[in-house]
Amino acid sequence: MGVNMNSVLGGDGFILTKISEFANWGRKNSLWPMPFGTACCAIEMMGVFASRFDLSRFGAEVARFSPRQADLMIVSGTITYKMASVCRRIYDQMPEPKWVIAMGSCTCGGGPFDSYAVVQGIDEFLPVDVYVGGCPPRPEALIDAVMKIQKKIEMEGAPIV
Amino acid sequence: MSLDLQTVVESLRNNFPDTITDLTSFRGETTLTIKKKRIGEVCNFLKKDFDFKFMVDITALDYLEFKTPRFEVVYYLHRFGLEFDENIRIRLKVVVSEEDLKVDSVVPVWSGADWLEREVYDMFGIEFVGHPDLRRILMPEDYEPFPLRKDFDVRDREASKRSFERALNEGE
Repeated sequence: MGVNMNSVLGGDGFILTKISEFANWGRKNSLWPMPFGTACCAIEMMGVFASRFDLSRFGAEVARFSPRQADLMIVSGTITYKMASVCRRIYDQMPEPKWVIAMGSCTCGGGPFDSYAVVQGIDEFLPVDVYVGGCPPRPEALIDAVMKIQKKIEMEGAPIV
Repeated sequence: MSLDLQTVVESLRNNFPDTITDLTSFRGETTLTIKKKRIGEVCNFLKKDFDFKFMVDITALDYLEFKTPRFEVVYYLHRFGLEFDENIRIRLKVVVSEEDLKVDSVVPVWSGADWLEREVYDMFGIEFVGHPDLRRILMPEDYEPFPLRKDFDVRDREASKRSFERALNEGE
């Protein structure tokens, strides 16, 4: 990306960039999360959205409860097998490109629930981009995960359809 | 007239002779074991005559090799009194054998027993005869095992995975 402030061209300046980089810059700074909260991690996620931690500083405050308007799924909470099909279906309804954060120990690997009903990590049925450990993780940890997603979008991007 | 637990138990004894097979008291908690066939009548009697309006909980026990018959269904009933000491809590038990996993439903007595009986059915596979809608309540409807039975491996996720796959395919 290059910025030209040449006064010969009128002084307003212009930006020179590639369309893919421009798209990725837009994507990473306007992530719209789909909060999939099923347990106590969701409380911590609400804290991240609220004023003290304020995820809007990272352009990701527009929590959409419709998957069709979201591109970042934050799975926060224990996922049972009964819930897993719902979780997968919601993920499938999100438009491309999309990213997934697995928030908390339960989501990453089942947590303390080594039982017949609980999925031992949502990567059994979802492609996870960032894992956040903790029970529940501090809001700072989730912010860090969002920043990692931003980094990932910047580095890898996604094809423009 | 003040009403206490003793009165309730005495009245049950008089009205239902040979129905109470066991009576234990431990730390102020009274447990009555009732003959399986009479549970509906006893519950109805307790509700109508002694105002046990509150069906607190229904649960079950699985003794596997430690006891035959294998299962027990447990009912917790509560009576709200105007005076503090007229609040009475009582525990009823019914013995259920593995060969005949059927107990009469108490939903006709307390409609609040509906989901409680469904949970016992879901977890132990005990059937409640006369229940209006006996389906699984927590586990998926096509799930086969009864997970709180002692011969079920608590880490066995295979049946859950099958239900998950089926739910996923049906949705698509």
